Amino acid sequence: MSNPFKQTRKRPGEWIMEWSIRLVASASIVMIFLILLFVMREAATLFVSAEATTEATSTPSAGSNMEPESYNPDAPAEAAASEPDVYNPEAEDPTTTQQQGEPGAPGQFIYASKNPKYPEIYNPDTGLLPEDIDVVAEDQAEVDTTRKTSVLSKLTGDQWQPVGDVPKFGVKPLLIGTLKTTTIAILIGAPLGILAALYVAFFAKRRVREVVKPAIELLAGFPSVVIGFFCLVTVASFIQDITGAPYRLNAVVGGIGLALAVIPIVFSIAEDALSAVPKTLREASLALGSTEWQTAYRVMLPAAAPGVFAAVLLGIGRAFGETMIAIMATGNAPLSSFSPLEPARTVAATIGSEMGEVVWGSEHYGVLFFMGVLLFVFSFGLNAVTELYVKKRLIKKFQGQ
Amino acid sequence: MAKDIPLKIETHDFSFYYGAKQALHNITIGIPERRVTAFIGPSGCGKSTFLRSINRMNDLIDGTRTDGHMVVDGIDVYSKEVDVVTLRRRIGMVFQKSIPFPKSIYENITYGLTLNDSVSKSDLDSIVESCLRKAALWDEVKDRLNNSALGLSGGQQQRLCIARAVAINPDILLMDEPCSALDPISTGKVEELITELKDTYTIVLVTHNMQQAARVSDNTGFFLMGSLIEFDRTRTIFTSPSKKETEDYITGRFG
Amino acid sequence: MQTSTSSMPLPKRLIGFFAVTIALTAAVAVLGIILGMVGSFVSNGGGGVTWTFLSEFPRNNNTEGGIWPALAGTTLLVLLMTILGVPVGTATAIYLTEFAKQDSWFARSVRFAVNTLAGVPSIVFGLFGVGFFIQFMGNGIDGWLGTSSFGDGSLLWSAATLAVLTLPVVIVAVEEALRAVPRDLREASLALGATRWQTIVKVVVPNAVTGILTGSILAVGRGAGEVAAILFVGVTYSSESIPSAVTEKFMHLGYHLFVLSTQSPDVDLTLPLQYATTLVLLGLTFLLNLTAILIRSRLRKR
Repeated sequence: MSNPFKQTRKRPGEWIMEWSIRLVASASIVMIFLILLFVMREAATLFVSAEATTEATSTPSAGSNMEPESYNPDAPAEAAASEPDVYNPEAEDPTTTQQQGEPGAPGQFIYASKNPKYPEIYNPDTGLLPEDIDVVAEDQAEVDTTRKTSVLSKLTGDQWQPVGDVPKFGVKPLLIGTLKTTTIAILIGAPLGILAALYVAFFAKRRVREVVKPAIELLAGFPSVVIGFFCLVTVASFIQDITGAPYRLNAVVGGIGLALAVIPIVFSIAEDALSAVPKTLREASLALGSTEWQTAYRVMLPAAAPGVFAAVLLGIGRAFGETMIAIMATGNAPLSSFSPLEPARTVAATIGSEMGEVVWGSEHYGVLFFMGVLLFVFSFGLNAVTELYVKKRLIKKFQGQ
Repeated sequence: MAKDIPLKIETHDFSFYYGAKQALHNITIGIPERRVTAFIGPSGCGKSTFLRSINRMNDLIDGTRTDGHMVVDGIDVYSKEVDVVTLRRRIGMVFQKSIPFPKSIYENITYGLTLNDSVSKSDLDSIVESCLRKAALWDEVKDRLNNSALGLSGGQQQRLCIARAVAINPDILLMDEPCSALDPISTGKVEELITELKDTYTIVLVTHNMQQAARVSDNTGFFLMGSLIEFDRTRTIFTSPSKKETEDYITGRFG
Repeated sequence: MQTSTSSMPLPKRLIGFFAVTIALTAAVAVLGIILGMVGSFVSNGGGGVTWTFLSEFPRNNNTEGGIWPALAGTTLLVLLMTILGVPVGTATAIYLTEFAKQDSWFARSVRFAVNTLAGVPSIVFGLFGVGFFIQFMGNGIDGWLGTSSFGDGSLLWSAATLAVLTLPVVIVAVEEALRAVPRDLREASLALGATRWQTIVKVVVPNAVTGILTGSILAVGRGAGEVAAILFVGVTYSSESIPSAVTEKFMHLGYHLFVLSTQSPDVDLTLPLQYATTLVLLGLTFLLNLTAILIRSRLRKR
């Protein structure tokens, strides 16, 4: 018997389209791998050139200049600047050219050190703060040993001083700075975001909700430079007025700025989680005679706990990865101080403010990329935890019982 | 049951699974050509699943699989040689909810026709008219063919969906509770339409409304928990069913 | 609520009052901060946003004049970014809603990758732009074509970096729009003998056009304000002309604000310019986001 349903028309076009869509859909996966691969690749130059440097320092210093691949930290900065692959975006700028004359300041940003209103206490020439200057003398004695140490031990040092005769890449102050500002941001942002979500999800009247929710979502669209600028000009003065902090820009100001970036994230995810709690749960609780607020705090909030936890985790991810606010509002000085009223410098801000002035392929360049790998791995980990653990618990909670 | 009429759809031990859950158990049935065949049963009994298995709409759901044979016009539709798109072009379907495309009335009717073939405007015009006439909708909409189909009333929309299904000139019309969302007057019109269409098409109707099955169908099958309990002439089913479950259901003892 | 609390002992009523008030306070505080921010920008920068400010080049080392090249650069950047990113995002969303078996490992991997991508700090995208687009692609193209224009930061590489950064934004928005198209509509089309592809082209996508638009607008809004990712991938703080080729460097509103407020020798002098620039940048992203939110809320109601 003949088959009336056999394919009458070949559709190669559709087959091609379908598979191209599948192919394109893999772009996100490919990008994740490419990001990891290429950020790591640039960071790897750090380890390669570091070996070369160690070898070079063991031979007479004249010989090291002849090795084309090696990066020589002793070489004058001007010499480095004449290398072909130097990235120097400000070369044509007159103010930068003036600064070229100053020793050890090749093509760097015009730092705000000359600015009277926002005194930049971090000295980019030495990478040191005024208070720490007495430490330098001690360190000079250790120069020889420092040179021979491996990259990893350099990274574990106590000082971040990437420019100078003896570059120091101790990430400890940066980690402390990141920890400090992120903690402040979460302490401010998470409660505000969660409580606002609770209000919108349970207490607000419909009409109020329809104004408040988009307004907070709009905050998510504020460019971080705008938040940074607001902190720089307004929040900083306000905080200095009420605390009398010695530095206008400090970890608290930066933390508030980061909190402004964190709030909309925490809010919208927590609000989603709270609204996703089955209505029956709320009605059951109300039917048992609890009030609205008892239901909200004792039934709904615990029921949505994994989602709220996820909201905080993603908020942390945003806070430590945020760059522009951290550069503009924290004071951006690599201090190892835990005091919230002293300036801080985060890992992300360090990449953001130094990448533009670094010699491409140099040790400093490699260290910055290495910190990029750290940021990536950390954010990846946070996301994996929320995806694999928190969501599963949320689903179990609502479906498994 | 009369055996003189040729069978359009036959199944042999047809089973259907949603993942691990079996929804249809070894259904064996022969559906005669150019007759109205109704399936009744309580909700969740598998009658809709069976209907959607005929034109393989269940393929769209992840993790489903079938067993046994579903034969339409002598061909097992789940065999490898069958192209599901061609199959569906030969089998029209009307759904529970009327779902016109958010396009004009005219475009709704011509949607299926213009998918693969270029049809001349005059041919299209005449097909649109004849389909709308078949669906008893022509007089109501002939002056506003280019208006959005979403502006029609619920009953009109459902008749438009029938006209749309008829337009691709199928042999079989599957109707999945086509009147469940309609008021009694619209229901009456659709039922009238079904009786008229059965001269041309083999109609398979799923309904939860026993009176409807009694009114319009020639044969009726009773489904319960994924099994076909009984299949016979409609009159026999409603007057002297041979199975106790059928009798219980017909007389309203459950379901 | 009133009736139930009135029958309760006073301490409990106080706790209840406090519990509601603290949530209300949090919401009001957040709103207050937003309003305060916008208010401060409008009152300090409103007067500075004039036609000459918008249409002139900066003068005297960014201390006078307007922001025209930054405005044009930002516009060109987001346009190019949209062209590069939205098709990929839309295709991914179509895959996820129309083709993917929801529990297949590939679909789950794509979803995981999209969420991960959304959480990667923007500065890392900047490093990726340097490492992949400039160093690898750019230098590769230069070596291949014998040119020297690709191996440096440019409009093209910045747009490409931002396209990757905004990819999850597009995917999530378009996916939401596609899922809002009723399943019945797809079935009706398939039952009429349409292929899966015909159903997508003729029924699903036309019904999701607003969502695709929302996705693009949200992406543009995010891209317009993003500075960290393009810091080293082609933005410049001073330019004599509007870029005429994608391989040129460009000025950007956000970066311009950053430079004016932190890198300029005399910050006080340019404070009015900073406020006005902020207002323009904020107004731009504000409008885009508001449009997207409105379209989306209309879509959700439907």
